[in-house]
Amino acid sequence: MMRRARQAAGAVVVLSLSACGSGGQARETTLNVYAASSLQVPFEEIAEEFEAAHSGVDVQLNFAGSSDLAAQIRAGAPAEVFASANKATMEQIAAEQLLASEPRPFATNVLTIAVAEGNPLGIESLASLAEPTVSVVLCAPQVPCGSAAGDVQELTGVSLTPVSEESSVTDVLGKVSSGQADAGLVYVTDAAAAAGSVDSVPFDAAAQAANVYPIAVTGTGGDLAADFVDLVTGVQGQRVLAAHGFGKPGR
Amino acid sequence: MSGSYSGIPRWVLAVAAAGALFLLVPLAAIVLRVDWTRFGALVSSEPSRAALLLSLQTSGTSTALCVLFGVPMAFALARTRFRGQRVVRALVLLPLVLPPVVGGIALLYTFGRQGLLGESLRILGVDIAFSTAAVVLAQTFVALPFLVLSLEGALRTAGTRYEAVAATLGARPTTVLRRVSLPLVGPGIVSGAVLSFARALGEFGATLTFAGSLQGVTRTLPLEIYLQRETDPDAAVALSLVLVAVAVLVVALAHRIHEGTGP
Repeated sequence: MMRRARQAAGAVVVLSLSACGSGGQARETTLNVYAASSLQVPFEEIAEEFEAAHSGVDVQLNFAGSSDLAAQIRAGAPAEVFASANKATMEQIAAEQLLASEPRPFATNVLTIAVAEGNPLGIESLASLAEPTVSVVLCAPQVPCGSAAGDVQELTGVSLTPVSEESSVTDVLGKVSSGQADAGLVYVTDAAAAAGSVDSVPFDAAAQAANVYPIAVTGTGGDLAADFVDLVTGVQGQRVLAAHGFGKPGR
Repeated sequence: MSGSYSGIPRWVLAVAAAGALFLLVPLAAIVLRVDWTRFGALVSSEPSRAALLLSLQTSGTSTALCVLFGVPMAFALARTRFRGQRVVRALVLLPLVLPPVVGGIALLYTFGRQGLLGESLRILGVDIAFSTAAVVLAQTFVALPFLVLSLEGALRTAGTRYEAVAATLGARPTTVLRRVSLPLVGPGIVSGAVLSFARALGEFGATLTFAGSLQGVTRTLPLEIYLQRETDPDAAVALSLVLVAVAVLVVALAHRIHEGTGP
């Protein structure tokens, strides 16, 4: 009785281990791409194009905040391509010798003012956010969208007093779309994705504080990973990114 | 191996040990990752202190609210019978199993500026948006069921014999409640309150969704940890250890109260 139970327990362990081990089909080659959350929609399209051009290749996309992805790569995650939403995170990974190629800038993103649908308060510029009657939500300075918000304040001399400093763009959008806050600074791509629940008011200084997205092959990546990076930085990839509101990196 | 018969097969103990390790090893991992040379500085930085203070204040207030509303709720569930009682109990305990972020969304559409009660609150001149009060609401929402559940259990275990005797001796319901019932389940209330405090202290999802995150106003310790992790993982680890220490203290306290007077 007891022996049988032990055998059963052993079998369960072995089964669950083997289930963990083999992910997909043996014949397919998997390419693991780690990309910042804001890239989800365009990268899903680019991955489809890549799979169409490379038969037998399965692109596994992993989306999360850039610093979360960096932490996973540091911990030995099987990333072959890394696309970060800011230079700083990529530079950290590069400094730790975890990259196999030079990071290449492939997209830019700029901030915009997200307001309630129909812009009931008539917000027209960054300066109108500084009025005490307007409740503004920003990203915390620790995250990329927050550091960009700090940059535009410095550039324009407009000083904002946020009622909340959120840890992600999604949370800023949530506060605006639910009506808790009157306005928030988010990326144009996020505002575009949330069109229908928020309106966006562009402002001039945003372009000067553009966020640059770099992409690189990581230590475990090979030729296939390099091909993927080429697709993203090439004409096809750039077209998809532009369609979703991303800008082209200068020079 | 000649110990007395424990009543359970040894392999059960082996699986139990594996389960215990699964819970304990991650805690050990945190302790091992702490950068002790910077620990003091990280934990005593201005944002960290503000977050810890805010967490203790809001959790304390939430616990008081849990006791204020939870004790009558537990009595109503344990001592009375009414139609639909099972459904009411299930609904009241729902926040226990609900993902906190769902709780946050629910609170948003209740107390938010465009929520069910938002307009009425605005007329009364109350704006909860992004205030410390919103944090307390979020914490109370997730912690209240803990008190109700544990006190209801204590009330059922205690039975109604003493109350019945007091009533036959002519004591009025409020006197029975004050002089017999409450002292009888006093330890149950305290341990329920401690559990509620611990749950409030760890509250993250509902707070983030409903109250926002601003230093000294709404950014409690879990939110601070989540944010620090972005740029300074060492600070996040150090603060995590503080939270673990407070939680261990709270659990030990609850255990002690339970052991000392338990049924």
